[in-house]
This record gives sequence, C-alpha cells and structure tokens, in this order.
Amino acid sequence: MYDIKNIYQPKSVGEALKMKNEHPEALLLAGGSDILIQIRDGKLAGSDLISIHSLEELRGISLEDDGTILIKPLTSFSHVTQNPLIQKFIPALGDAVDQIGGPQIRNIGTIGGNICNGVTSADSASTLKAYDAILEISSVDGIRVLPYADFSKGPGKVDLKPNEILTGIRILKDSYENTYGKYIKYSIRRAMDIATLGCSVNVRLSDDKKTIERLRIGYGVAGPTPMRVPTAESLATGKLISEQLIIDVATATLIDVNPRTSWRATKEFRMQLVKELCKRALKAAINQAGGTI
Amino acid sequence: MAKQLITFTINGKLTESYVDPRESLLDLMRVDLKLTSVKHGCDVGECGACTVMIDGETFDSCIYLAIWADGKTIITTEGLTSLEGEMSDIQQSFVTEGATQCGICTPGFLISSLPIIESDKDFTREEIKKQVSGNFCRCTGYQNIINAIEKTHDKRKAEGLNHK
Repeated sequence: MYDIKNIYQPKSVGEALKMKNEHPEALLLAGGSDILIQIRDGKLAGSDLISIHSLEELRGISLEDDGTILIKPLTSFSHVTQNPLIQKFIPALGDAVDQIGGPQIRNIGTIGGNICNGVTSADSASTLKAYDAILEISSVDGIRVLPYADFSKGPGKVDLKPNEILTGIRILKDSYENTYGKYIKYSIRRAMDIATLGCSVNVRLSDDKKTIERLRIGYGVAGPTPMRVPTAESLATGKLISEQLIIDVATATLIDVNPRTSWRATKEFRMQLVKELCKRALKAAINQAGGTI
Repeated sequence: MAKQLITFTINGKLTESYVDPRESLLDLMRVDLKLTSVKHGCDVGECGACTVMIDGETFDSCIYLAIWADGKTIITTEGLTSLEGEMSDIQQSFVTEGATQCGICTPGFLISSLPIIESDKDFTREEIKKQVSGNFCRCTGYQNIINAIEKTHDKRKAEGLNHK
C-alpha cells in the first residue's frame, strides 16, 4: 500500500482544475513513475495526490488548423514515439523519449510529467527547448501561454503556480517545417539509465543546402536546468557548412553551459560531451536536411 | 481509505474488485486475486518482475495504481497457459532454451515478449533486447531468453500464427 494521505480523482480537466485550486498542496499524479517511487522512498510519503492519469482528454497528439502540433501532456513516451505526426515532423523528439527507461516506463511515463518535474536530465526537455515549445497552462482563473524557455526556474523548479496544471505543449509550424533534428543521449547503460548528458540539435538549411539558416541546440545535464546555447546558435546563422564551422559551433557551446560534477561524471567529462555530442548531432542533422558534411 | 469498486478483464474473465485507492495493481494481482505469477521484485519500476499487459502494452504493476485498472484488459502469465494448464509456446521455448533458472524474472519476461511474438513484423536481436530492456535477470544471463523469444516469434511467423 502506498503511503498516500488523500487521493482525489477528477473526471474532467475542469474538475481537476477546481480540485487543484481547493488543494494547492496536492501533487498531480500523471504516470506516477517519479511520484509513486518517491512515495515509496519516503520523500513524498503522506502526500495528497490528484490523479489525472485517467483524463483521456489530456492524451493524444493533433495538428491544429495553422499547422501547429499540439501534444497533450499525458501522452505517454511510447505514444509520442509511435505518433505519425511526430514521426513525420519531429522524429528527434520521438527518438529522444524512446531512450527513457525501458518499455514499461515509456508506456506509463508522460511527456508533461517529464518537463513539469523540472529535472535537467529529462530526455524530452532538450528537444522541446530546441524546438521552442510553447506551454499552455490552465487554472480556474483561465489559461496562460508560456514559452518553454521561460518555464525552468532551477533544479526541480518550474513556473507552475500551486493551482495550475499543464494542459498543452505546442510546436509551431515554423519551428518544425523544413527543419531536421537529432538527439543524442550519453548514458552509462543503454537502457534504464538517466542521461549523463543529452544534446538535441536541429537545423534549417538554405535552398541549395550549403548554408545554415537556423541552428538550435538544446542540452540536458549541461547545467541546473535544460538549456539552449545562444552563442553557438547565432554563430552558425548564415554560415557556409564546413568542418571548421562544426568545430567552431561545438567550441562555442562551452561558453553557455555550466555542468557540474556528480557521481555519474565529472564536470570536465561533461564539457567534453557537450562539445563532442554537438558535433555528432549537428553533422547528423545537416545530413538529414540534405546537406553534405 | 474507503474502497472503490473497479471492473476489469483479467486473463479473459470480466472481474469486479473493491480496491483501496492506495493499492498498487501488483497487490491487487497477488494479494486479492492470487495471481502469483506477477512477482514482487524491486517495487520501484526497475526490475520488470511484476510486468503485466494492460490494453496491449506492458506495464510495471508495482508502480501502477489498482484504481487505474478500471475498464482495462489485463493479461498475466496465468493467462498464457491453456485451461488445462498446458504451457504456451513461449513458455515451452523458455524451458527448451534454458532461459529460466530461479524463475522469479520469468513471468515478467514472458509478458514483455508478447509485443514481439504477437507481431508479424521482423525483429533484429537488438530490437528484441530493447523490448526486454526493462526486465532484469540475475541467473541465466540474457542470451537464452533472447533465443527463446526469437525462436518463438520465428516459429509463429512461419506458421502464420502472429495475429497483429
């Protein structure tokens, strides 16, 4: 038996918002693969929970009229990977969440839970950052829209008020159109492990495939929160693709990152990974986009 | 905490149970329904010994609340044997290939193998490894387990038995 004080079970998003407003201290239980484990561990023992697990209206991925891809937050990792829209337009995201845990965890864990946890190692986070995801956050007071870039507030901390629930993750058409991405996870084991470092790169090339029009690079575990590296990204804009450019971009990533030493890896090793994974992911993304490197 | 009535199909049988909202699906399976093929291993979703199939997908029942099973279709290893208790092809294959030793991980591996052996798609050994990467075995090593799954899949495919 889990040590749970109260568990509220809303039947709709509207009801969930009311319950979150009445019980702001209650934790939202989506897939449970973090919260239930922390209850077992004692860290969250005796918590009040609001189980939104069964709210089907918060699951699924759809294409909106203007071409925006809407990912509902309770969509499981495996459903993100298997979704035809993700496979067609943002395969890097499907690949990223396909490297989380093992199959059972990917069937229960949700993409919304992954980013609301606020941990830097979340495998979906660097790709969602690199695609400028936009979050829809709801409460009884209404809906607010927030760039994912502004959501992270520190390790394990995100910009969610006690009465708010994440209700949508959007990726605009301009963000994925004619854009090719690659996520590389470095971990000690190939399954059931947390990233030592994660790097997600996407590029848009010029029509002749010789110049980088737009480069975006997201990292996990390269600092206290998932992050972008604006210095390296802007350095590449408008530049001709070359081996030297790849080296320059990869070197420039080190300016913005701030990894730490933990039992998994030293800061120095992570700095090496920041640079090396950027090179490999950037080359892969350029090749996918039809460029040659 | 007040118990709640849930309705679900377990191994083909429509069942009603009163469950505590704090109860895991693992406890519902083992304690309430006496389906003891579902093993109590790590309790934190790492070892896969408690794996069950829910609506065609595999889950660690230790980190799945029993109340979430309402309306779902669940399969455990008990559901793989025939009514007379005869082993299914995948179970026999685990025996033939020496893929089981102490046995505690075996039911979880059997359930995790279902998405492969029930599919008519071809799988590389790497893909099979990935599908069972959420299940730990500390006795036999993994080669024999992967052999058992691969051979069952190939045999079913040759006989046209994969139904997906």
